[in-house]
Amino acid sequence: MDATGLELIAQRVREKVGEDAVTGTIFYRRAATLEVAPPSVHDVLAYLRDGEDEPWERLMSVHGCDYLPEEPRLGIHYELLSMERADRLNVRTRVGVGDPHVPTVVDLHPTANFQEREVYDMFGVVFDGHPDMRRILMPEDYEGYPQRRDFPMGGEPVIYTYNEPKLPRWYD
Amino acid sequence: MTDEPGTMTEPLQVPYRERERSVTMEPMGEHDELLTINIGPHHPATHGVLRLLTTLEGEIVRDVKPIIGYVHTGIEKSCEDQQYWKVIPFVERMDYLAYYFNAQAFCMAVERLLDEEVPERAQWLRVIHLELNRVASHLFWIATGALDLGAITMLWWGCRDRDLALDLFEMSGGQRFHTRYFQVGGVVEDIPPGFVEMTREFVKTMRTRIPQYLDLLDRNEIWLQRTKGTGIVPAEDLLALGVTGPLLRAAGVGWDLRKATPYSGYENFDFNIPVGSVGDNYDRFRVRVEEMSESLNIVEQALDGLPEGPYITPNRKVALPPRHELATSMEALIHHFKLVTEGFRVPPGEAYAAIESPRGELGCFVLADGSAKPARVHMRDPSFVNLQALPEMARDSLLADFIACVAMLDPILGGVDR
Repeated sequence: MDATGLELIAQRVREKVGEDAVTGTIFYRRAATLEVAPPSVHDVLAYLRDGEDEPWERLMSVHGCDYLPEEPRLGIHYELLSMERADRLNVRTRVGVGDPHVPTVVDLHPTANFQEREVYDMFGVVFDGHPDMRRILMPEDYEGYPQRRDFPMGGEPVIYTYNEPKLPRWYD
Repeated sequence: MTDEPGTMTEPLQVPYRERERSVTMEPMGEHDELLTINIGPHHPATHGVLRLLTTLEGEIVRDVKPIIGYVHTGIEKSCEDQQYWKVIPFVERMDYLAYYFNAQAFCMAVERLLDEEVPERAQWLRVIHLELNRVASHLFWIATGALDLGAITMLWWGCRDRDLALDLFEMSGGQRFHTRYFQVGGVVEDIPPGFVEMTREFVKTMRTRIPQYLDLLDRNEIWLQRTKGTGIVPAEDLLALGVTGPLLRAAGVGWDLRKATPYSGYENFDFNIPVGSVGDNYDRFRVRVEEMSESLNIVEQALDGLPEGPYITPNRKVALPPRHELATSMEALIHHFKLVTEGFRVPPGEAYAAIESPRGELGCFVLADGSAKPARVHMRDPSFVNLQALPEMARDSLLADFIACVAMLDPILGGVDR
């Protein structure tokens, strides 16, 4: 994959999915990133999986990150893999913390199930239509999204049954 | 206000007890007599703190829900508070049996962001340690996996032989576990005298030991009956579930990142990718055992052709200067001071580097914001993703086969929960 190939993909996605589906392209350090608008994530990934000239049939990883202080803050990355070409394409979308909603891709790639739950758990991004949108790594009754950059680092008290009522909203 | 932690109302702020109730199984099938039991979190066959909410109909497993997070220690969050070179010991503790692989994935991502070349000797030293680690990891898998199926001799043999590999790690890096041997730009120091001979001795020993394991297990009626024909999942389903590594290769898909997208000089070695034909637990066992032999081949080739040269990048902005230079060179002292106090800065950008760990694709995502600390480190751990295939493997099989599936899945809970 080179920068030209990425632009061609972006062009095809614009034609097939919609003019405003792609918001940008980044080619940095031999890695291609396609930036898409949050509502069209599902359609873009569906096209990239099933489209005629598109070999991106496997989703290897879904992960989030926090671009604080940039806006919109939260980023969700979909690492696509083409086994046929042994090549990778990163699809990225950005949502703000005020309304972090992204359509789920579990119906296209069942592997996204756990990974979207992890992104929800750590960043609070809600994947609309996910069959089981619950926390996965943190306790079920945990409050807050620990991987956000404004979440305090360290100093978290160990919550036991006896001190849980004494430490309400310790993170404030 | 919805951007304050904890105030978001969706999806459903349900009280804790009701949440617990929400994971109770619905009755399935014709029989209404279903038994829901917890296997784990503390159970010797779950290989760590894995809780498997299992629905049984008699002795048949109808559904499994893996519940994880019991050893979540926030390593990814802790990494954000460390300088790049101090992150390496943290990531090594994720998948604690494949520590060299975690370090390699992280170093590759950072090297890509820095656009830093790794010297050839360092790449080959990395390959030697990666492959020794793969053997050690598979040895521990076969030891504990066979123990799950009642073959306790294999536990002693596997741990005995893994200790030989750990001796080698101790020799080169000073530690048996979590060696911190890989550094950004190379390895921390050259291999000591005698390492090559000891590694050759290890390879020779293992070449005689692997047939012994096969003698012990591969002709054992109980072993064969419990592994053959159990836990079959079609390759297409495994691919959709994102399963990689030996599990996928056992189903007949010859996908290995060392061959598909060679990194760290793997294109220089001649090795085969073992694949299975049926995709049952027996194939998974055989694929891993064959992988050990192939890893030994790679180690031997790397020892034969080990190139001369520096073991770490000469770029003083990234790698510490050699110890002896500190006494004579002011420049070296300044670089040493800067690196130890502040660390090196990485230009803003993001990178995803994927390698083939003993359990599948291990990807490391690093987001750099231009400071000396990463803004995000994420590991795409193969155990975490592969665990999603467990319900598919175990559905409609006997409970005893389910235990065999967990054993042959080889999940490492440190990697699952991170």
